[in-house]
Amino acid sequence: MSAAPDIVIVGAGIVGAACARECARAGLRVLVLDRGPIGGGTTAAGMGHIVVMDDSPAQFALTACSRRLWQELAPELPAAVEYDPCGTLWVAADEQEMAEVHRKAAFYRERGVRVEVLEGDDVAAAEPALRPGMAGGLRVVDDAVVYPPAAAQHLLESQENTRRIEVRPGVTVAAVNEDGGVTLADGTRVRAGLAVNAAGPWSPLLAPGLPVRKRKGHLVITDRHPGFVHHQIVELGYLKSAHAVTADSVAFNIQPRKTGQMLIGSSRQFGAEGTEINSDILDRMLRRAFEYLPGLGRLSAIRAWAGHRAATPDKLPLIGPSLVSDRIWLATGHEGLGITTSLVTGRLLADHVLGRAPAIPVEPYLPARLGKGATLHA
Amino acid sequence: MPERVELSVNGRALSVPWGTTVAAAVALAGETRFRRSVHGDARGPLCGMGICFECRLTINDEPHARSCLILCADGMEVRTDE
Amino acid sequence: MNSARLSFDLVVVGAGPGGLAAASVAAERGGSVALLDNSPWLGGQIWRGEQARPAVPRARQWIERFLASGARAVMQASVFASPDRGVLLAETPAGRLTVRFKQLILATGARELFLPFPGWTLPGVVGPGGLEAMVKAGWPVAGRRVVVAGSGPLLVAVADGLRRYGARIPLIAEQAPQVRLARFATGLWRYPEKLSQAVAMKARLLGIPYRAGIWPRRAEGRERVERVVLTDGKRSWTVECDLLACGWNLVPNTELPRLLGCALAGGFVRVDEFQRSSVAGVFCVGELTAIAGGDAALVQGQIAGLSAAGAAGAARELFAERWRWHRFGAALTRAFALRPELRALAGRETVVCRCEDVSREAVERCRDAREAKLHSRCGMGPCQGRICGAATQFLFGWESDSIRPPVFPVRVESLLTASEHSKPVSNLSDPTP
Repeated sequence: MSAAPDIVIVGAGIVGAACARECARAGLRVLVLDRGPIGGGTTAAGMGHIVVMDDSPAQFALTACSRRLWQELAPELPAAVEYDPCGTLWVAADEQEMAEVHRKAAFYRERGVRVEVLEGDDVAAAEPALRPGMAGGLRVVDDAVVYPPAAAQHLLESQENTRRIEVRPGVTVAAVNEDGGVTLADGTRVRAGLAVNAAGPWSPLLAPGLPVRKRKGHLVITDRHPGFVHHQIVELGYLKSAHAVTADSVAFNIQPRKTGQMLIGSSRQFGAEGTEINSDILDRMLRRAFEYLPGLGRLSAIRAWAGHRAATPDKLPLIGPSLVSDRIWLATGHEGLGITTSLVTGRLLADHVLGRAPAIPVEPYLPARLGKGATLHA
Repeated sequence: MPERVELSVNGRALSVPWGTTVAAAVALAGETRFRRSVHGDARGPLCGMGICFECRLTINDEPHARSCLILCADGMEVRTDE
Repeated sequence: MNSARLSFDLVVVGAGPGGLAAASVAAERGGSVALLDNSPWLGGQIWRGEQARPAVPRARQWIERFLASGARAVMQASVFASPDRGVLLAETPAGRLTVRFKQLILATGARELFLPFPGWTLPGVVGPGGLEAMVKAGWPVAGRRVVVAGSGPLLVAVADGLRRYGARIPLIAEQAPQVRLARFATGLWRYPEKLSQAVAMKARLLGIPYRAGIWPRRAEGRERVERVVLTDGKRSWTVECDLLACGWNLVPNTELPRLLGCALAGGFVRVDEFQRSSVAGVFCVGELTAIAGGDAALVQGQIAGLSAAGAAGAARELFAERWRWHRFGAALTRAFALRPELRALAGRETVVCRCEDVSREAVERCRDAREAKLHSRCGMGPCQGRICGAATQFLFGWESDSIRPPVFPVRVESLLTASEHSKPVSNLSDPTP
């Protein structure tokens, strides 16, 4: 790229990649910098679940819109992305959770999201590996699964985009500047019209005071055991527990990969900096999974690993101009939903840059909502 | 210790000396293809010491067993090419 | 899940010569000692089969010494994790094993180096050492034509062994040039016990055709190897065969020491004169510290075992002998260094990662092992990069990716920690990934 790029994006994860793609499609020249390889940070530590969520209206709007964008993109995704519209199965262990199934079903149906309510026997038929006696479940038909690092790579390197996107992996950014450029670790200044901080859990390093915290998660992947489960299966059991946002926690979440491998999650920890395996939390995560899938323990585990998500206080991402400078954008804080919400994040960025009407109302995601914390920029 | 062990390989009965590994029993049964690779190619043992995972097959319905490390036992049901 | 716990003063991992020697001398001096190995037999790879059918006097001697030493053998135990200091987790056919130790001696040995070439994934293309091990466990080779190829002193030993089981050996193809082998052989006067094993000479004595400076270009066949195309770099010719035993010398099994944090130097574990690694209480012996053969491992094992038992003086008496074998190992490494032409054997479409069927072309697009894992799946399979990792190191100079437990695939339930009494699961989180 000879001339200065229009936009410089820090972070070649799925969010940075989606931002780059949308801007390139809009005709802008984009430079993407990452200290590691494409999709090597949070993107490599996520499950790749594309899921509609309903914790809040804003979360629903974001996930539903982004899932639609994934569906539109699906036909062009190469095999390596492993896009699989396997659907999500939320399982209800008892009648209390079943009530939640009905509530969710009504909420989704009103908004045009395809769902099926399954009673006990139907759940057993849909997923015979589940322990007997489940009260039921909710099948969200159009939810899907991708392999996130390959998805990020496709967003950056698909034929139509390569002309306008330059990716420089292995380049560390030291500072994001108010004039829209960045300063590299070696002192080089890169000029651009707009800088996007899409550095996920590491975004506060470039925006001190940003209320984004690292939230560690563990994953285990098995050898190929095709057909062990058929949907991404997630528990509803977390409803009954205290919804602590500070304590360590685990939940049953399993994903069938297109390869036939099973990806097992999930855990959440604050204050755990390293990516080493914490055997205690791994233990709890697996025990929870065994409660739902008694046969899971016999499968062959190939790898366990851990990574960090970028968590915000209100569980919504930061998408929009930083209060320091309108030439610095934030696209971070996507927590465990970054694969799903990456595409809409890119779309909202492009809408803003081009002065288009936003795809969905942006107010719930603007960094300004979190007040002073989001504005600090030493 | 019994001198011989009776097992089946792909449904065919086989008698091997005690101390024979499952990998060797499969070869004695005349099979060369232990498994299919991800792209469907024929594969057989490579390292012979439990490192390479090429000799994987199904023993008593359990997949991914490393046949070069496992000794034949009476009544074992071994299936290749899965 | 079945789960057992054991506790010892000293735990030794690996029941080859180094591990047997270490466990024996330590146990003879008192204290509780356990020897863990992932196979059903004592002896490791080099002395495989010696426990059931002794043929090598020294192997029998050490196995008997071990059995009389009071050390405990824990067989078919694959060590896959170390969740805390002084704790190893192993998987056995009976379930998961938690082993506590005060001191640890790692003697995990080496595996054969396999390099990709067209046809190397065909059934019947096997490692020479691997084939010998399988033959000792009943693999039939009587009357079969086995071309033995690759590099290293192992080739002749294996060919000799295979012939005893009735195999026909049309040829041993050693990639190292004749001139280097001759220089190595003339240096062997320092090691009279090795002289009879001088590779080319021994092959001649055995009557097996042995040629230096040639190597396989490709293997061919339908669903199994039927012939191999050999080359001397100038011309190529075809040899019909039933099996191609091809390996390119050895690479150390450093996964476990790396998991424990032992510092490496030049691909081997760095140890001091008492075989101590950089991690307190952890010793490493044998091929982990240098490719120098079973004799070196025996001496190193004794030194480590004696040091662990507090007998530093007795250990010192073995330093001179160890030095001798280290010089031998260094000469071996020089003689059998791999020629650069081997880097060009794999074509663009040749599979490099056998677990995931990843071609050289796909791997080569990446900048390092981590990126290759993320974007080509090279190293993502059950061998955890043990085969392709060594190959990409030779082909592209890549260092292996970081190591995490489990260092071997294990049943998912084996990953549970030692706290068998389940804590109640509280604080369930919302379940997005």
